[in-house]
Amino acid sequence: MSDILKLTAADLAAKLRSGEVSSVEATQAHLDRIAAVDGDVHAFLHVSDHAVDVAADIDRRRAAGEELGELAGVPLAIKDVLVTTDMPSTSGSKILEGYMSPYDATVVARARAAGLVPLGKTNMDEFAMGSSTEHSAYGPTHNPWDLDRIPGGSGGGSAAAVAAFEAPLALGSDTGGSIRQPAHVTGTVGMKPTYGGVSRYGAIALASSLDQVGPVSRTVLDSALLHDVIGGHDPHDATSLTDAWPSFAAAAREGATGDVLKGLKVGVIRELDDTGFQKGVSESFRASLAAMEAAGAEIVEVSAPHFDYGVAAYYLILPAEASSNLAKFDSVRFGMRVNVPGGTVEDVMAATRDAGFGDEVKRRVILGTYALSAGYYDAYYGSAQKVRTLIQRDFDEAFAQVDVIATPSAPTTAFRLGEKLNDPIQMYLNDVTTIPVNLAGVPGISIPSGLAAEDGLPVGIQFVAPAREDARLYRVGAALEALLVDSWGGPILDRAPILGGAR
Amino acid sequence: MSEITPDLVRHLGVLARIQLSDEEVERLTGQLDAIVDNIAKVSEVATPEVAATSHPIPLSNVFRSDVPGDMLSLDEVLQNAPDAADGRFRVTAILGEEQ
Repeated sequence: MSDILKLTAADLAAKLRSGEVSSVEATQAHLDRIAAVDGDVHAFLHVSDHAVDVAADIDRRRAAGEELGELAGVPLAIKDVLVTTDMPSTSGSKILEGYMSPYDATVVARARAAGLVPLGKTNMDEFAMGSSTEHSAYGPTHNPWDLDRIPGGSGGGSAAAVAAFEAPLALGSDTGGSIRQPAHVTGTVGMKPTYGGVSRYGAIALASSLDQVGPVSRTVLDSALLHDVIGGHDPHDATSLTDAWPSFAAAAREGATGDVLKGLKVGVIRELDDTGFQKGVSESFRASLAAMEAAGAEIVEVSAPHFDYGVAAYYLILPAEASSNLAKFDSVRFGMRVNVPGGTVEDVMAATRDAGFGDEVKRRVILGTYALSAGYYDAYYGSAQKVRTLIQRDFDEAFAQVDVIATPSAPTTAFRLGEKLNDPIQMYLNDVTTIPVNLAGVPGISIPSGLAAEDGLPVGIQFVAPAREDARLYRVGAALEALLVDSWGGPILDRAPILGGAR
Repeated sequence: MSEITPDLVRHLGVLARIQLSDEEVERLTGQLDAIVDNIAKVSEVATPEVAATSHPIPLSNVFRSDVPGDMLSLDEVLQNAPDAADGRFRVTAILGEEQ
């Protein structure tokens, strides 16, 4: 494997700036890596045929003395939920096979403007509905740590791409854990920003009041650097916040010194009973807490009595919003159209949606249609929205006592492909610790906390901060990351099996 | 137990414009029944005095100037249409014979 591939995005950017490495070299190295291992991993649905040209343009502009962004020339993988003008955008669905967007998502446009080099589009559960990428219409992604296991979802492609060194950075989207849970099972870093902190314009909507776009990477600093590029107000997204954000990269660099841990109050949720969690996940979580405590942090038990209702509320709100958002796939304006001889437009629409949507999408659209129907609306959707208020209050009360909350990022390490595919309720419970964060709109980050003793697979720890305190997560995440990487003697991915060859 | 029946699922399929096969209706009936049993507990804590939250970060009156923004050309609008003619989307008959 080329040395370029092992570099963090921050280190690669430094070498690009100094001229030690060109963007063409870096881009070609990643394309070669994709060619070598993606047959096994299947992180990508589409690989750009002109990434080297884009990289050459960056090299030319750098040589001409142009002032470029910090990440200029660094390759980037893009989750297929984000629309792009130069590559198909399918959101993992057959109904959008081959769809070419007439515009770029704002985050993609900002990444291009900053000089990042799009490598391709990454696999995902269809319309981001899932926790394993097994609901992709184009076949699952395989976890680079064990190809028989799930890479998490919905953004399993983006997480697997960075874990397999096919890209140093990726974009993801997180509606109930789709950035953080894949990070947990692949030994990578994923950040869900404050709701409204990053534009959703051009992110094919799943549940509009929960969706948030965010960075995926191998280190906390790399996520922060990408967040600095994509974040900030966008007039194209009416829910976009107008706040002036601090530099997240500066926060991560400051955090890495470890000073932030001295006197930091870390909340642990009393009601989040981890007795049902995999033993190695709980052990890794507690070991991380102990490491933080030894570095001067104070662990404080906080109460969040309504977290128990989070998954239930989520599986009412998400299907309700998704059933509305997916009404646009109507066989009229874009996407698939099934030929029904003599059929009316409604017949064609119904046949197209039957043929074009997968099982999980149908399940959630039907569930959402039920939750919104007359007679049930108050009992289901209305009640779920009240649970959101209660969970927000739980967070408010907890954050009156602590600076951040810590949880395991998910209850288990990567499970086997197929293991939970026919049991939707078990699949839904994967996101028990990440869902409340989306319901409340607060930011959350998952960073590697170690390997589970019983199976040697990665485990993540999630930190949650109050709304708009994304920088705090980069500070705390970078501090713990520095402690743990030091104790391991190197990044956790050094211990992953070697792909495309002998273990 | 919830009240998910095959007839209700078939009706929801009509509302959602998804033509479900009998096999799909049967499978979805069982799955939705189990899911609804698991999510109905939201009503336990959703008491009348709790206000509903639709968006996590409240914003109000998000306006923009009343001037044309970024527009797609007609060609761009129609570029992904399954069928188009004369600058419009073309569809099959709106009304069936019985209507």
